[in-house]
Amino acid sequence: MSLQLFLLLASALFAVGLYGALSQQSIVMIMMGLELMLNGVLVAAAAFWYFVSPQRADGQVLVLLVLAVMAVEMAMGFAVATAIFRARDVDMTDMAGDLKG
Amino acid sequence: MDVVAFWLLAVVAVVSGMLVFRVDSMARATFLLLASFLCVAGTMLLLDLHYLGALTILMMTVEMAVMVVFMVMFMMNPAGLMPMTMVHNRRGALILSVGAFVFLAAGALLVPWPIRRGEPPADATRQLGESIMEGKMLVMLVVGISLFATMVAATVLATGRGRYDRYGDDLTRSRPDDPVPGGVGR
Repeated sequence: MSLQLFLLLASALFAVGLYGALSQQSIVMIMMGLELMLNGVLVAAAAFWYFVSPQRADGQVLVLLVLAVMAVEMAMGFAVATAIFRARDVDMTDMAGDLKG
Repeated sequence: MDVVAFWLLAVVAVVSGMLVFRVDSMARATFLLLASFLCVAGTMLLLDLHYLGALTILMMTVEMAVMVVFMVMFMMNPAGLMPMTMVHNRRGALILSVGAFVFLAAGALLVPWPIRRGEPPADATRQLGESIMEGKMLVMLVVGISLFATMVAATVLATGRGRYDRYGDDLTRSRPDDPVPGGVGR
């Protein structure tokens, strides 16, 4: 195991999540893509802590922060999805292109 | 042993992450995402992060259980009984994500990362606990307030008709203005 291997795993997860977030039409599937991207950040932060500076807790605190961001992203995403579905029956991003410029 | 476990977890994490966007069934997609998260938690356990690994496992299991409910609510085809794809600009997304992977992987392999300073502590959980109660307390305070703000904001956004819709802006209406009158008709 090395830092490089962990960062490769993180890059792969991030790229797969990016593909999902860019290509999916359903709002819920886009959120899955975002979660997958954050999953990659989780791996990278943990690996940086272990392989670069295990004496300080910075990497661990970053992991904790990313977990909190994941929870916030899920909750707000579903709240927005519920609100726009209630108001306009929209569950796909292509139907909510009002701000497209 | 650790190397074998890492490769196994890494391959399963990435493959199940890819399958999330390939399967027809929404429930399957969510549980594949959960599998990916559990594998990532496994790699964290390999790095001696016992608390954060366990936290990831617990949090993601619950989060995906909630996600399944929303999936069934919002998707027209939750069971995946008929094949479907709901994608736009697939080519562009593929090019961008492959480009991002190549860029990040090149960075991971080519950057001369610093040599490790010090050894991992005997108890990583203790190190984390002491730091968030001492030097990194501001982080925890901000996280706590953000989570609270999220709860309030999510509830407000998801509420269809609140008390201001029912009782007027100054809450003085004697009977609520509901589309369907409820109660026992008194």
